[in-house]
Order: sequence, then C-alpha cells, then structure tokens
Amino acid sequence: MYKVKVYVTLRENVLDPQGTAVKGALHSLSYREVQDVRIGKFMELVIEKSERDIEELVREMCEKLLANTVIEDYRYDIEEVVVQ
Amino acid sequence: MKFAVIVFPGSNCDVDMYHAIKDELGEEVEYVWHTADSLDAFDAILLPGGFSYGDYLRSGAIARFSNVMKAIQQAAEEGKPILGVCNGFQILLEAGLLPGAMRRNNSLKFICRPVTLRVENNETMFTSLYEQGEVITIPIAHGEGNYYCDEETLQKLMDNRQIIFRYHDENPNGSLDNIAGIMNEKGNVLGMMPHPERAVDALLGSADGLKLFQSIVKYWRVKHVVTS
Repeated sequence: MYKVKVYVTLRENVLDPQGTAVKGALHSLSYREVQDVRIGKFMELVIEKSERDIEELVREMCEKLLANTVIEDYRYDIEEVVVQ
Repeated sequence: MKFAVIVFPGSNCDVDMYHAIKDELGEEVEYVWHTADSLDAFDAILLPGGFSYGDYLRSGAIARFSNVMKAIQQAAEEGKPILGVCNGFQILLEAGLLPGAMRRNNSLKFICRPVTLRVENNETMFTSLYEQGEVITIPIAHGEGNYYCDEETLQKLMDNRQIIFRYHDENPNGSLDNIAGIMNEKGNVLGMMPHPERAVDALLGSADGLKLFQSIVKYWRVKHVVTS
C-alpha cells in the first residue's frame, strides 16, 4: 500500500489572484517580509500495490486529471506503508 | 434542425438553453444526459452553463470524463456545430477540444451582469448574422472566466481568427487579451463565457444572443437543405 501526497499549484508564470489577495492581507497584518503567496491544492491518495510502477501511475493521474498542466504544476511524495 | 442540450449533474443553464432553442429559435431540441453513448441523432450540440460536479477539483475537470464526451469528440471530428457556454466552455477546455484554461476572476468575485462584447470574426457558422465588429450586450455569470493560454497559443488564435468575442467596454475577469470566446481551428467548436441563451428576448434585457443560434441554423440549412 502507498500513501501519496500530491501538491498542485498554479505555474510560476500564471498570475494567482487568490495568492495575491492573501499576500495583500498578510501585508495589512504588517507581515511586510512576505514576498509572494501561491495557493494550491493538497491531495492524499491511498493506492494499492499493483504491477504498475507507482511513480508512473501517480504521474499519469496528475497529467490526466489531478492537475491542468496548461496552468498548473504538480509534485508528489510517495510513501510505502505496511498494512497490519 | 435538431439540437442536443447536454445535461451533467450540476448543470443549471440547461433549461434556459432549451427554452432559447425551442421557444425563441423555434427548432427541435432535446435534453441528453451525460451518460449517453451517441449523439448521431443531433445536428448541433450545446453544453450549458452551471457547476458540473460542483466544480470539484477544477471547473469542468470531472465532467470532461463523462461518457457523452466520447460522442462529443466524435461530433467535433464530424464537423457538427458545438457550442459550450460558461461551464460548457470550461468543459471544452478541460477536454482539450479548445486550447487554454480558466483561472479565477481577477476580483475573486462571482460576477453576474450584462457586459458588452465585440464580434471579432463574423465569418463563422456561429456569427455570420452579426456585423464584423458589432457590439452586443450579453450577460455573464461566472467566478472562473479569466481565460489563459501561453503566448504561442495566443498567436495561433489570432493568426487563425479563432478569437470570436472580446469584452468591449471593460474586461470583467482579467482574461488574456480581453478574450470572451474562442473557436477551434476547424471552426465548428465555440466556447464562450457570456450566456447568449439568456439574451434571446427584449424582455430579458437583450435579444443579442439570438443571432448566434440563428447563424447556426443558417449554416445548417445552407449545408443540408437542397433548394431547387
């Protein structure tokens, strides 16, 4: 069994209106040192072991559905867990 | 001529679309559920607005894997007119039938009000009854209509005259190059954020959307009805 964490964020060159608004709010709370805020999504997947390579599988899911690669980047962490 | 209005779980402009075709345009129309296998019985396909699958993950991201999308892909290849409005546009983008993607509106607000559009290309099956450069009033109602594509794609859209509508007086959502609606390269798939089906009668505040549907009928008649 695998526990997979997927992080999806807007690509660097795509303006993130939510991040911009949150940065403004942090500035108004006087956290002037905040340079940039990017808002994204965090997904946790539990995946059964199969014949397919887990990394290949996760990448495929990200490309097909979990991220829209026109505007979004994704990264992931894969952790193997032992089921008792 | 027979139109299909595709209904996804969460579509909410399907009834307006049906009304526009049946009562205002006076053509045949049927609702088609998202599980349908075939669209062979229809001459034109309409993807209405709404919040398919609650906009979960991204607008249109889940609907684009509906069973009916295979038939829509096929209809697109056959050259049938396909119009996606609002969420329908978002689904066409997610499906790759149109290039680009949608971001949240710049203001982060859901905006629902009439806007003015400029008809940028009237040599299409969707716009032939408008004048080139005509300014029309059509309502918008969306939170994610901030169109984006990369520079190369934008250049291609401009070179092929695929930008069909631009916001005229003001850009309500921050979309790239004031884009409100684009077409595929082949010219039979149009996606737009404004709702022409909500502007089909003066009583609704504007009848400027009607000519879009009439243009589709005109195209179909010229292509399919043999006159002696």
